[in-house]
Parts: sequence; C-alpha cells; structure tokens
Amino acid sequence: MEAEPQKIPLAVRKLKERDPQGITEVISFRGETTVVLPRNRLLNAAEFLKSDPDLDFAFLSDISAVDRFPIEPRFEVNYHLTSLSHRERLRIKVRVTGKDPVVPTVIPIWPTANWHEREIWDLMGVRFEGHPNLTRILMPDDWEGHPHRKDYPVEGYR
Amino acid sequence: MSTTVETPLTHNKTMVLNMGPQHPSTHGVLRVILELDGEIVLKAEPVIGYLHTGIEKNCEKLTYSQCIPLTDRIDYLANLSNNLGYCLAVEKLADIDVPKRAQYIRVLLTELTRISSHLVWLGTHAIDLGAMSVFLYCFREREEILKILEAISGQRMMTSYFRIGGLALEPPPGYLESISKFLGTLPGHVAEYEDLLTENPIWKLRTQGVGVLKLDDAIAMAVSGPSLRGSGSDYDVRKYFPYSSYEEFDFRVPTQTAGDVYARYQVRVAEIKESAKICKQAIEKIPSQGPFRAEVRGLIPPSREEMKTSIEGLIYHFKIWTEGITPPPGEVYQAIESPRGEVGYFVVSDGSNRPYRVKVRAPSFINLQALPHLVIGKLIADVVASIGTIDIVLGEVDR
Repeated sequence: MEAEPQKIPLAVRKLKERDPQGITEVISFRGETTVVLPRNRLLNAAEFLKSDPDLDFAFLSDISAVDRFPIEPRFEVNYHLTSLSHRERLRIKVRVTGKDPVVPTVIPIWPTANWHEREIWDLMGVRFEGHPNLTRILMPDDWEGHPHRKDYPVEGYR
Repeated sequence: MSTTVETPLTHNKTMVLNMGPQHPSTHGVLRVILELDGEIVLKAEPVIGYLHTGIEKNCEKLTYSQCIPLTDRIDYLANLSNNLGYCLAVEKLADIDVPKRAQYIRVLLTELTRISSHLVWLGTHAIDLGAMSVFLYCFREREEILKILEAISGQRMMTSYFRIGGLALEPPPGYLESISKFLGTLPGHVAEYEDLLTENPIWKLRTQGVGVLKLDDAIAMAVSGPSLRGSGSDYDVRKYFPYSSYEEFDFRVPTQTAGDVYARYQVRVAEIKESAKICKQAIEKIPSQGPFRAEVRGLIPPSREEMKTSIEGLIYHFKIWTEGITPPPGEVYQAIESPRGEVGYFVVSDGSNRPYRVKVRAPSFINLQALPHLVIGKLIADVVASIGTIDIVLGEVDR
C-alpha cells in the first residue's frame, strides 16, 4: 500500500542493495512485507537474512504453501521469518510451477524447516530438493495424491 | 505418518521400542520410535498424523465465520487462544477495529484459558511422574474456570466465543464478580501445588537436569512458548508483537536459563501467577457499558435490536449470515501467544466469501520436532518427563 521510501523495511533495502535483480516483487499489505524471490536466489537470500547482524532472522516461524490452481505458476511457498533481536517479521515467497514443483530445502539454514517441508510435500506435493527424509508426515504412507491441492476434493476421492 | 520400523537386528546391542500411539503418557495419539542401547536412548523419532482431520482444508469450503468452531478443535485445551488468533487474522485482513471493551474481555478470557491450560499441563505432567494428588487439585481449579466459561459462552470447552469484530454475545451479568472470586482463591491454590512439588526431592530428582534443551537448539528448531522461555529467551508474542491491547497491561515474562524439565515447570507456574495479574488488570479496565462488537456495515452483523427495528439492519443481517463477508484479496499472518507458544494464522483471501487458504502455525507441531534434542543420550525413564514437559496437544500437532 505505502510506497514512500522511508517505509521500506531495512531487510528489503538490504536485499535490493545486495542483489538488485534478485527480487521479483515486494508486496506491502496491512503492514506486512512480502518479498517474492526467484527460486534460484532463495538459499542465497535466506542465508543473508539469517546471518546479517542488522536483520538476524534466526527464527523461522512457519512455512506454508498456497495452491493457486489453475493460475501458473501454481504454487507459492511462504517463509515467515521472525527476528527476535530486532522484533521484526518478514515473509519471503517463492513461486513454482505445477510442472516442476521443486524448491531447495532450507534445513541447513533453519533446522526447524524439516517437518514443515515434509508437511508441504505431504499435503501440497511440492518437493524440497536436498531434504534428508522427504516422506509423508500427516497422511498415511500409502496415500495417493496431495489433499491440500485445489484440484483435490474436500470429500476425497470415492 | 511413517509406518516403517527399521529392523532392530542390524546391531546386536540395540533394541527398537515402539512407544504409543496408545500410551497413557503421550497425551493423545503420539507414537515415538525409540532405539535403545540398554536404557540409553540412541534415536527417537516422533510419528504423528493419527489425529489429522484436515481442518485447514475444511476451512477453504466454509465462510469466514463458519471457520471459528473449527479453530476451537485445533487446540482443545486453549480454545479461546485459537479463536482469538483466527479472528485477529480475519480482522486484519478486512481492516476491522475491535472496540476496546471487547479487546479487554478477550484478554481476560484468553488469560483465564492460559491458566486452565497450564493447570491441565501441571496435573497431567505430575501424574506422569507419579504425583497423583496434584492432578486432583489442578482439575478442581480448572473446573471453576470451565464453569465461568460456560456461564459466559454457553460451552465449557468448545466455546467459539470470539467472533470476527468482537464477541459472540454480551457477557452475562455478574461474570466479572465470579472471575474475581476465582482469582481471589487462586494464589492459595498455586501455593498448594508449589508446596507439593517445588521443594519436593522426588520431583526435583525426576526433573532437574532432565530433558535439557539448549537455547541455540531451541531457536534453531523455532521452539516457542514456555518451552523456549525455560531455555533463556524471553520471546513472548504478547510483548514482542502486541495484539488486542496487550501493550496496556503490566506483566512480566518469566524466564529460566537451565532449560530442563524443572525450569519449564517454574516458568509455567510463574505464568499462572502473571496471567492472574493480567486478569485482575483487565477486570479493572473493562467498562461496564459499551459495544461488545465492532459496527461496520457489511462486515459485522448488526445488533439484534437494529435487525428487528430497521429494514437496513435486517438486510445486512440476512446478507452476512447467508453470504458471509468478503475481505479484499491479500494475505496476512497473525501470531498470538497461546499457552503452548506462538500460534500463527496465515489467512489468504481471494476476495470471495471463503478463505482461500488457512494455515495454522501450530506450536505443538513445531515444539514436538525438538523432542529428539531432549531425549537422545538420556535414560528411557526420562522420555515420559520430556514428552510431558513440551506440553503438546495432539489435536494441534495433527490438525
């Protein structure tokens, strides 16, 4: 909503300074900032956001995926970062297509991502490259399909 | 949910023990696959999903207000916290300002819920470790809170009392007096539990130095709530990212640095006292008169009186209850501090009358992931204490 330069959060300014081509879009809505990144810049940006002392996003609150079916790129993976020392929040978002739903894993940066990524694989069918144990977590092992996809009926297949 | 158990005979010395999903001290249907060398735990793998009910998926087919009863069922020991998280997220999405009176009543009731949830935790945790009487005392006091919640909302547990824009209905007369009366007796009761446990040598032997979670590990695993504060961080959403007027309340965030089961016990008991303090301040702040729900045309149902007396009110009433509300397209993440940690609601709107996606950041799910840090290399007898101390609710783990 607001576009005045002084309102741009430090994290966005730093990311832009570092890699001007590395940000697809910055969305500001209801006081929350979302940075959309291309898939190949995710790990690089994540590493920077965590290790830069002025940002210090060491606490990964949540990872969630949204299915925009039938719009392509279909899947959005959202990382909700929290900085405990600066009391800031930031959301980073990666968009991937339905044909190639693969995102690199962030476990080496935030170990908590392990179960989140397994959950997203289980329910949404987005694969995380480099995950040590990408198996189903909530659904039974022999389940077919990914229930949170929009083309999966709420009642299930009968 | 992984059902494969590695063959136990690969090494001659280790043994694989399957704990749960039917086990009295797993507080629900949690299964932990333990690999043991004698009495030492070498590997612990929590297996979850037995209680998965697809709440997030179901929300996508319901209108915004129809989702509220589902949030009760996510964490059935702290229903109001989850109601609050969801309502705040939708209010943020639709840009609704909640009247101060409703905000204070929300604070009062969520803090009561925190006390009741910590009482259930303390009782069941004590019974896991063999202290029967604490359990009976805790449930006696919890019953009082449930009676208060029943008087206010009509339900003991699945209250669904918070609605988008405020509360479901005007609280009954005399509710503040009954809460004050309960708060008056609470310090004596808490002293009673502390007499039974804090200096009890058996309790100390079972809890001190057991299930240690280091601060670095806790932050790396994104553990939140009392489980994190027992390890030395003071991260509390109420202080870091205040919501619902928490910035107007004067309270302390108890922390401990030992990171063991005993430290987390101390944190939670101290939190009960702090919550009681917040409740008392809220009772003083709550005005006796005033709206209990915001008044926004087309987003909040009009009052009963307006609906009965004006045609415009009737039309809006009808439209809201048949069609629901339509927040603008966008996405918000709203976190609150539940008794178990940071509960976050990520709600995505596409401009229709149903949420496009609801994702719950369930603290139990994330805290449970840290369980191997607490038990590996320790005795199997302490696994029960370690599961109890992270205070999981399986409804929230599996959603």
